[in-house]
Amino acid sequence: MKDKVLMKGNEAIAEAAIKAGCRHYFGYPITPQTEIAAYMAKRMPKIGGTFLQAESEIAAINMVYGVAACGLRVMTSSSSPGVSLKQEGISYIAGADLPALIVNVQRGGPGLGGIQPSQSDYFQATKGGGHCDYHLIVLAPASVQEMADLTIKGFDLADKYRVPTMLLSDGTLGQMMEPVELPDVTPVKVEKPWAVTGTKNEREHNIVNSLYLKPEILEKTNIERYERYALIEKEEVMYEEFMMDDAEYCVVAYGIASRVSKNAVLKARAEGVKVGLIRPITLWPFPADALKKASDKVKAFVTVELSMGQMIEDVRLAIECKKPVVLCNRTGGMIPTPEEVLESIINLAKEVK
Amino acid sequence: MDNYTPKRVTLFAGHYGSGKTNIAVNFALWLKSKVLNVKIADLDIVNPYFRTKDSARVLDNAGITLISSKYANTNVDLPALPEQTYGLVQRRDSYAVLDVGGDDRGAYALGRYAPYILEENDYEMVFVANFYRPLTANAEEALEVMREIEGACGIKFTAIVNNSNLGNITTADDVRATLSEAEKLSDLSGLPVIFTSVDEKINVNENNVLKLTLQEKYFDIKEN
Repeated sequence: MKDKVLMKGNEAIAEAAIKAGCRHYFGYPITPQTEIAAYMAKRMPKIGGTFLQAESEIAAINMVYGVAACGLRVMTSSSSPGVSLKQEGISYIAGADLPALIVNVQRGGPGLGGIQPSQSDYFQATKGGGHCDYHLIVLAPASVQEMADLTIKGFDLADKYRVPTMLLSDGTLGQMMEPVELPDVTPVKVEKPWAVTGTKNEREHNIVNSLYLKPEILEKTNIERYERYALIEKEEVMYEEFMMDDAEYCVVAYGIASRVSKNAVLKARAEGVKVGLIRPITLWPFPADALKKASDKVKAFVTVELSMGQMIEDVRLAIECKKPVVLCNRTGGMIPTPEEVLESIINLAKEVK
Repeated sequence: MDNYTPKRVTLFAGHYGSGKTNIAVNFALWLKSKVLNVKIADLDIVNPYFRTKDSARVLDNAGITLISSKYANTNVDLPALPEQTYGLVQRRDSYAVLDVGGDDRGAYALGRYAPYILEENDYEMVFVANFYRPLTANAEEALEVMREIEGACGIKFTAIVNNSNLGNITTADDVRATLSEAEKLSDLSGLPVIFTSVDEKINVNENNVLKLTLQEKYFDIKEN
């Protein structure tokens, strides 16, 4: 038998988190991510970990805050409405410079919305869904394998920079099944001298906090944190280029939309349109340089999104509005078909020669 | 499959994600080639994605009646079952295929129909096994899930189907590599493996194979 197993995206996240050394999971059920909690409920007791179904999403994120303060790898997961509830806690975690992994398996909205897949939490994830100046590192998987790989990467990045990381997925990726190979991971050991682990009367107390009574100190803390963000923007950008070498048009799409788009790119190529695709894997930091470089050679862009058009703003900013950018989208739980994306590409090629 | 005599009611249960829905649909199509009246019911009230209803057109074209929650594949996450399902187990005027939800949690809903099925006593309760699924990776773990499901629905398994696969990268060797594990599960449980189900694109030269016609999905990337 092969080393691969057949897993749902949600299960792959859960098992990868365990491989990455996460032994604390706090969650609250919501479709379409409940399998993460179900998997953790089954596995954590067998490996000496903690699975706890909290009384609410708000409670769960604050439990994450507590365990992260102790310097341990910790995760919570939810879907769009539940992630909205977590926003206050996420801001506190960012303000206290703690590493943690937050998973959002997005569904349609706003409000209670629906249970079908969407990508309409892009703004919330990348622009700071909670209050004040902060960023999350945002990773966008496009396969069940990447659900696993980026979960592990997410824990490493969070620890390395003391920044909470979000895995931004969607209902299709969470529910679909694909073969996946789970690597044996030796978790990167990061010293955490700031963690609250008991002083044993040998050192000063560590204090984990996001409250600053002196505005000068708070300003200095924020500026220092943004220096760390600048380093992340320099070092950690990830993206994939697909058929971009001779491309005259560029599709920009991430996650499940990028898979539909790849099929459309292949169809358009068969019809003689030279089109390629740039797939951001980190949504923050956004691959702005790659897009800017592409804007020197392509004639126009189309972003494909399961939203009313959110990432399109970052694309326009990245290319400084030098070339036209159009939107191909479905929303509310609907997914564009490869044919719809193809039509967008063909129309764009006719309009922008 | 040629030597298999179908019972009036065939139920497919197992670990979630083991392929119950694909097998139930394909088994119903096979059954329709043998008998006149076939109905299929989706009893999954746990998972709102990837349902029997996805195959509604194929079933309709074949003349198979689909009984499915009117909320399947909608935005309503409501665990409700249609009243017609009772007709399947009470009227007994057609062959019935029941697609049960995954694991013990998915099988609880079957419990309300169990008394009629047990009373009639003309059923095959099939455990669908995929040894490439991480929580049922061997016969012992699969047996554990079998017992949990039996406890939840009140019907004991009578047969096993080996549906071991790795999605669209599965090879014939991958399938063959699981045959001994299926035999082991058969020994442990005392139940026969009635067939091995395999994607029709894969050529496995084994006896008792059900060839599966699988739906293409919009996100399956067809690289050239």
